Amino acid sequence: MEIGLGHYLTVAAVLFTLGVFGIFLNRKNVIIILMSVELLLLAVNLNLVAFSHFLGDMVGQVFTMLILTVAAAEAAIGLAILVVYFRNRGSIAVEDINVMKG
Amino acid sequence: MEVAIVALPLLGALIAGFGNRRIGDLAAQWITSGLLLLTCIFAWVVFCDVTFGNHPRTIQLFTWFDSGTFKANWALRMDQLTAVMLVVVTTVSAMVHVYSIGYMHHDKSVPRFMAYLSLFTFCMLMLVTADNFMQMFFGWEGVGLSSYLLIGFWFDRPSANAAAIKAFVVNRVGDFGFALGIMGVFMVFGSVDFNTVFAATPGQVGHSFHFLSWNVDILTTLCLLLFIGAMGKSAQLGLHTWLPDAMEGPTPVSALIHAATMVTAGVFMVCRLSPMFEYAPIARDIVAIVGASTCFFAATIGLTQFDIKRVIAYSTCSQLGYMFFAAGVGAYGAAMFHLFTHAFFKALLFLGSGSVIHAMSGEQDMRKMGGIYKLIPITYVLMWIGNLALAGIPFFAGFYSKDSILESAFASGSVVGHYAFWLGIAAAFMTAFYSWRLLFMTFHGKPRCDHETLHHVHESPWIMLVPLFVLAAGAIFAGWAFVHYFVGDQAHAFFGNAIVYAADNDILARAEEVPEWVKLLPLVMGVLGIALAYVAYIQKPGLAGSIAKAFGGIYTFVFRKWMFDELYDRIFVRASKALGFGLWKGGDGAVIDGCGPDGIASATVAIARRASKLQTGYVYHYAFAMLIGVVLLVSWYLIGAKL
Amino acid sequence: MIVQTIAFYVFAVVAILSATLVVANRNPVYSVLFLVLTFFNAAGLFVLLGAEFLAMMLVVVYVGAVAVLFLFVVMMLDINFVELRQGFVRYMPIGLIVGLVLVAELIFVLGSGAVAPVLGQAIAMPTPPLDQMGNTQALGTILYTHYFYLFQSAGLILLVAMIGAIVLTHREREGVKRQKIANQVARGRESVAVVKVQSGSGV
Repeated sequence: MEIGLGHYLTVAAVLFTLGVFGIFLNRKNVIIILMSVELLLLAVNLNLVAFSHFLGDMVGQVFTMLILTVAAAEAAIGLAILVVYFRNRGSIAVEDINVMKG
Repeated sequence: MEVAIVALPLLGALIAGFGNRRIGDLAAQWITSGLLLLTCIFAWVVFCDVTFGNHPRTIQLFTWFDSGTFKANWALRMDQLTAVMLVVVTTVSAMVHVYSIGYMHHDKSVPRFMAYLSLFTFCMLMLVTADNFMQMFFGWEGVGLSSYLLIGFWFDRPSANAAAIKAFVVNRVGDFGFALGIMGVFMVFGSVDFNTVFAATPGQVGHSFHFLSWNVDILTTLCLLLFIGAMGKSAQLGLHTWLPDAMEGPTPVSALIHAATMVTAGVFMVCRLSPMFEYAPIARDIVAIVGASTCFFAATIGLTQFDIKRVIAYSTCSQLGYMFFAAGVGAYGAAMFHLFTHAFFKALLFLGSGSVIHAMSGEQDMRKMGGIYKLIPITYVLMWIGNLALAGIPFFAGFYSKDSILESAFASGSVVGHYAFWLGIAAAFMTAFYSWRLLFMTFHGKPRCDHETLHHVHESPWIMLVPLFVLAAGAIFAGWAFVHYFVGDQAHAFFGNAIVYAADNDILARAEEVPEWVKLLPLVMGVLGIALAYVAYIQKPGLAGSIAKAFGGIYTFVFRKWMFDELYDRIFVRASKALGFGLWKGGDGAVIDGCGPDGIASATVAIARRASKLQTGYVYHYAFAMLIGVVLLVSWYLIGAKL
Repeated sequence: MIVQTIAFYVFAVVAILSATLVVANRNPVYSVLFLVLTFFNAAGLFVLLGAEFLAMMLVVVYVGAVAVLFLFVVMMLDINFVELRQGFVRYMPIGLIVGLVLVAELIFVLGSGAVAPVLGQAIAMPTPPLDQMGNTQALGTILYTHYFYLFQSAGLILLVAMIGAIVLTHREREGVKRQKIANQVARGRESVAVVKVQSGSGV
């Protein structure tokens, strides 16, 4: 069966949903959230590259590279914040982070 | 000058009322009293001109209502009936103003008091000079208002406040009937102007309303509705409960309002509407029955009361009954005559009792008085004069007026007339008895007050005594001087068209021709009453007490004012209070406040509280919310766009 | 063709499965390792799409740097084995429903693979045919010329991220001896004194 654009997009959609699940269904720790964000970005990258391939446009890949860059930077900062937070609070259980409770 | 009569008291009221502390006590007292004395002089001048000079007139002032077919103007009707009332009102009011300068000297709100007195006088004068029903109603309501203000003058006393409210509310019930009557008059006659209505009255005889499948006679209904107003204002049986409680006000108020002027407004109204009443015999009969019953009823209660002012108040109520049954049998002139003389001697009695209270340092209970006649001789003599006039002893004013009323009642020949006559005779006996009971208990016997009070008993100052002298002069001479003009041969000439007697109403003439025993019976009753009082209170002091114990049940019934207050309380007051409370809590509180301000406020708070629960502080909750938003957005575009 | 299809399905299924396990695993170290696996499979999918440079980038940057960083942090924070807390079960139904709705909609829209025809005319940078130049070269041709500013700003972002990470986690430690260059340079002759010392006696 011919693997078309739709297949790749479906895979990307499922990855995206899994990433979203990861954000709000996890109770364990914040690192899972950060990893879920990486999954989201991965899904988006997959989307872009699939379109780039099927439309014959290089811009998709350029954009993917830039997203990659930003994702790496963001992961670094996020982890740095996490480390500092852990130093101050002693816990990274998601349920304990509710200081903003209104 | 006519306008001045009405305007000067208003001016005095405005100056004293708005000036208050700025102009000070003295200025307020003298300005208002001075203006009223001037008004009194003008009133006497106008009186002589209108009655003896036979020069009735109406002075148009300006338009009030001009709406469609409903027109009413401010106009001063100066006819003979009005002139009589002007004299009564202004004289008594001027005397009361001067008396108040002395009596209220130590009060802390003197200007307010004087302003209210002048305001009352103004409203009363508007009432008597009214040329149409609306103006009369204005004056009617105005005197009700002034009465409320004056009864509740010492507003820091809860009993005074309650009494003021009671007076106003009971008056209101009467005023409701009055208002219905005015509306009925407008509906039937198309105008509220007196001249128009009186001219059209004969044309409505025998016509009826069709009301809820009954045919009711128009004139009877209208007259009865208007009479209900008079019942309220003049404290007749049924709407009388406010008058004794009105004694919470200062004594000058009782003298002015509840003896001479406001309560007589009802009598005045019936006489003013004589053109209508003459064509409604059933209404007149009812007026007579109510008047006679009141007369008897109030006299019985007066026998048992211990508060000096209350005795005189019930006496007023009783005498008003006399006036009403005189009007009811058709002897309007007699009614006005008794109104005229009664004003003088009743005001004298009230102000005299004020002097007694002043002398006794505020004591009003007669059981705590006694043995002071040598200490306050002038007051004692003046009280004797007032009581002699009241009891109808010959030569004094009351003799002429009361006798003419009783003779007219007998001469009417109808069942109602005789009912009125016998009740009137009984009341005359009781009147004499309780008047002398008052005198003996207050002035004679051993002093029953404490030593401190006795030491302070002193005669009133001249400023308080001079008005009493003027009123005493009226009490002595008013009857003898004016008898011919009110009820005698010159009655018709005196009153002219002000009082209309029907063609077959010659009751005043027939009253002259009653048997001798009828003419003497009131006098006999009076003397018997005095004698019995002497026996009961001077000769055998314990007699009254033992009779009271012997007739325990009846005594208590009469002492408790025939249980009217209790009856009204059970039927009306409790129901109204419950309704008011229910509407307040349930209606106003639960429904209006609940759906309105309070409801919205608490709903806002509740919703905000629930909304704030969304702020959990967990980022992933927020992310979830965003996700739901995205899903909804996508669904909207997918599905909504297709619809 | 058949190889492509099989490869696609293998990569796709494994990627999805390991993504699920990233989220659902109790052990955080296992989660990171499964993330690594996901990236590898995504790289495979990229290769299938003809973007081999990007696939290698994914492996080098994501797996080599980011995932390792994750592992570092997990190890450093010494996170325990955490039991599934109660809340998970309670929230699952609604979350599951919302997620399923989302994936259904995404598949419904995207899965058809329908592309608006106008897009065919609006290609910004056409892919050069494979015999002309490879993927890497094609990428380089446009990245350093047309998209140069973007490239530089991406570099700036990385710089800022580096500085940010250092600033955030920097701690002043007590008792750490450091060089104070200024003091060293400012030392003059007077900081040294020559002392004659007797042998065996000390200073």
